[in-house]
Amino acid sequence: MIAYIVRRILYAIPILIGVNLLTFTLFFFVNTPDDVARLQLGVKRVTPEAIEKWKIGHGYDKPLLYNADATGAAQLTDTIFFKHSVRLFLFDFGRADDGRDISQDIGERMWPSLAIALPTLLIGVLVNITFAMLLAFFRGMYLDTWGVVLCVILMSISTLFYIIGGQYLVGKLLRLVPISGYDTSWHAIKFVILPVIIGAVYGIGAGTRLYRTFFLEEINKDYVRTGRAKGLSEFRVLFQHVLKNAMIPILTGVVAVIPLLFIGSLIMESFFGIPGLGSYTIDAIRHQDFGIVRGMVFLGAVLYVIGYLLTDISYTLVDPRVRLN
Amino acid sequence: MPAFVVIILTMLSGQTLAAWNNPYPASDEQANTLYSFFRERPKTLDPARSYSSNEYEIIAQIYEPPFQYHYLKRPYTLIPLTATAVPKPLYYDKRGRQLSADAAVADIAHSVYEIRIRPGIYYQPHPCFAQDDNGHFAYHDLKPAQLRQWRRIADFPLTGTRELVAADYVYQIKRLAHPKLHSPILSLMSEYIVGLGDYARELQAAQRQLADQAFLDLTRYSLAGVEQVDRYTYRVKIRGKYPQFRYWMAMPFFAPMPPEADRFFSQAGMADQNLTLDWYPVGTGPYMLTVNNPNLRMILERNPKFHDERYPSEGKKGDVDKGLLADAGQRLPFIDKAIYSLEKENIPRWNKFLQGYSDRSDVLAESFDQTIRMTTGGDTELTPEMRAKGIRLLTSVAPSTYYLGFNMLDPVVGGYSERSRKLRQAISIAIDYEQYILIFRNGRGIAAQGPLPPGIFGYRAGCKGRNTYVYDCVDGQLRRKPIEVAQRLLTEADYPNGRDNATGKPLLLYFDTPAAGPEAKADFDWMRKQFQKLNIQLVGRATDYNRFQKKMREGNAQIFRWGWNADYPDPENFLFLLYGPNKKVGEDGENASNYESPEFDRLFEQMKNMDNGPARARIIDHMLDIAQRDAPWVWGLHPKRFILHNPWVYNLEPNNLANNTLKYIRVDPLLRAERREQWNKPVLWPVGLFGLVLAISAVPVVVTYMRKEGRVER
Repeated sequence: MIAYIVRRILYAIPILIGVNLLTFTLFFFVNTPDDVARLQLGVKRVTPEAIEKWKIGHGYDKPLLYNADATGAAQLTDTIFFKHSVRLFLFDFGRADDGRDISQDIGERMWPSLAIALPTLLIGVLVNITFAMLLAFFRGMYLDTWGVVLCVILMSISTLFYIIGGQYLVGKLLRLVPISGYDTSWHAIKFVILPVIIGAVYGIGAGTRLYRTFFLEEINKDYVRTGRAKGLSEFRVLFQHVLKNAMIPILTGVVAVIPLLFIGSLIMESFFGIPGLGSYTIDAIRHQDFGIVRGMVFLGAVLYVIGYLLTDISYTLVDPRVRLN
Repeated sequence: MPAFVVIILTMLSGQTLAAWNNPYPASDEQANTLYSFFRERPKTLDPARSYSSNEYEIIAQIYEPPFQYHYLKRPYTLIPLTATAVPKPLYYDKRGRQLSADAAVADIAHSVYEIRIRPGIYYQPHPCFAQDDNGHFAYHDLKPAQLRQWRRIADFPLTGTRELVAADYVYQIKRLAHPKLHSPILSLMSEYIVGLGDYARELQAAQRQLADQAFLDLTRYSLAGVEQVDRYTYRVKIRGKYPQFRYWMAMPFFAPMPPEADRFFSQAGMADQNLTLDWYPVGTGPYMLTVNNPNLRMILERNPKFHDERYPSEGKKGDVDKGLLADAGQRLPFIDKAIYSLEKENIPRWNKFLQGYSDRSDVLAESFDQTIRMTTGGDTELTPEMRAKGIRLLTSVAPSTYYLGFNMLDPVVGGYSERSRKLRQAISIAIDYEQYILIFRNGRGIAAQGPLPPGIFGYRAGCKGRNTYVYDCVDGQLRRKPIEVAQRLLTEADYPNGRDNATGKPLLLYFDTPAAGPEAKADFDWMRKQFQKLNIQLVGRATDYNRFQKKMREGNAQIFRWGWNADYPDPENFLFLLYGPNKKVGEDGENASNYESPEFDRLFEQMKNMDNGPARARIIDHMLDIAQRDAPWVWGLHPKRFILHNPWVYNLEPNNLANNTLKYIRVDPLLRAERREQWNKPVLWPVGLFGLVLAISAVPVVVTYMRKEGRVER
């Protein structure tokens, strides 16, 4: 397995270089270094000299990808791409355009993102499994039909509706929790409750339908028929046997998204004023802060790679038939 | 689940049943605190770099320039803050001989401002001033490893203070030229402060000799135009006459900076911990920033070392009736703490204001109808629901102008021929800005007659200040000229009925905008209809902000929207937007329409350095008439600001130029606590109802389960 992991890590290097290059190209396709400087310096009384000085001060005065004026390796290394991107592979994210240390910001903002995303995932999986089991139990009956219809309706509603509706109902009309905001340590709990509930409810439609399919797939297998033939109740068949086997695709799916939980939710964090990594990314895009955008895309790519590696490993743990080679 | 949530919430918050939705700790319920929001994190809090209103909202409470604007008086009046007086400049000719105060501008080679600050003003307690038992600075020679134990300024165990001296003001002016700070006003100030440009070049050369992170000690380099006279006095030498300089000295750019703070924050490893002057201001003002988490909240707390300053004892007419002078002579500040929480979205921000968790709010477009209603006389007032809550409304016209510009370099709408002038005048009449203000700004604005907004010297209200090319005066009221006048002008411009007489083709104009989305579309549709009144076809060219800026710089836009907020209350700060040498194309200036009139420019040069008075007013009238005739802008509107505040907030008065206004505000925490409790009682019955519905919904599930299991067993 170790050889497999090492091989996967090596495979990840060209992927990460490609992601980096693509992010860089896309960013500077729509923004020139001058645009970035203008945005940072503000809209009033910005002179060409000030822009030039800013670019020099922030390392944006070099060619983007290829330095024709340099010689040898410097043609590639004395460029904005090299100066700004290579350190990422050492997880040195550098500084944002406003001077803040990106690594420190990521370290601080990761926790609020996790505080929302992790309980949302756990509660969501639990609720979805329960509902999917119920639908599977009542398969072919009117409860199943109406349950699926309800799931489709829930899936069809925009996230924004859940968020604004949830804030209006729970925060404004019922006044049960703060409408938005965040706090540190245990004080964060009262702020986390509403986004977690909304996140879990939002995921019920898609999650329940998916898990229902997993359960229905298992229900028609021979071992289930054997269990029923032995006289086991339908409840025991579902919860003791079907659930155990259907957990393989569910768990591997969950493992794949665990690393991405750090990245946070863009809209949820923005509406609830959660100072997580999702809102960090959105702000950086709006302010054309290449340092943060590049860092977050790179981090996302790394976590994605880790997520899929963990998925593969988890397959071997939950299903002995699978071998990594 | 909701019931469970409620129980958990109660257990963990330790709050009473009255305040489950309180976003603040229950222990702060009756604290003398102001609650407010910020929409996005400030880019910098360094006074040499900061130049935007959201940053000024914080740093203006901390840094104290020598002058400030009187909180209540109008027109805006400059008064001393840390200075003993607002000095009158001394004028000198080329040979260094002092001239009289009324000397001709042409004779003045230099102006000298001598500012004397008050003794006995102290800085906020800060580790940069802390000294050990031997009298050495405790934290000026830290190793990065030592630094890692302190992540915030509050973590440093020792603090100190010292008296404010004139050298701190000198030091800050030098910082404007620091090669790493990129101060936005360096270029402008280099034109005026003697030697500043050379000083910037000298510092740049010195910086190159140093290692990348090494500290550039500005005290070792002297600046010719700025001089410390004695412990409490300094002089600034200005080229020629520049009366607007005194307004600049009321901005944070000219606030004092202790060199100890600069040295403290310049140590290696500080920036890696985000400990920089960008994030941790050091000032003498009424407040100090004790918590700066720009991702979550910023907290200003009363500076225990703040000097004696009193609430104003005089104001404008009507201020006594409004209760604005009830605290006259009281020591400032009133509030102990101001908490600014990050709140990006409008809807939660508005709802928190209604719940009493924010003390003041803007009027949002989304909730305008819920908040404001128009009276039959066209005025605005609060809705009965708002009045019932005791919410109060304050309105003021901002010293800003939002206009529609013509690119004067464009071959169709630009130029100075009679034809293009009449075309622009016709369009100016056709675009009904009164209607625009009603539809798109809910009445929050006044139609502009020229570039000068109310409150700026030279502005004339009513018919006296009308743009005679666009408005008539009927019964003492301004009335837009009828569309027939515009059509006649268009015919005279050789575009009869919107067609070019020479080619017979319809006149096609282009509107360049960086705006996108449904709101922008409605706005453009309205604009297109205005041009249609003259049978002119308007084509929208929407693009992203960067491309739009590029078009403007290169002179490729034709018709566009632009705006300007005053830096200071002087007509020069608006009329320079039409000054030829300040044009956007080629000069990268702020004259976005590239207007260039030799007559206007000559008058501008004459007017800009004059003191306010009848002679200056006459020149301004003349300039306005030239600009109105040439119509490089459709003059657009001056926005009106609507501010709401809850009934426990006192002494709030819109002052669109002063930023250091937090010290004047007073709150009644007991009333706030009472109202919050009244407004935020949790509503529990729907939770019970929801549980009941869930239980009832489970019945068919259970029944069906029993039946199914029964069938299997049978």
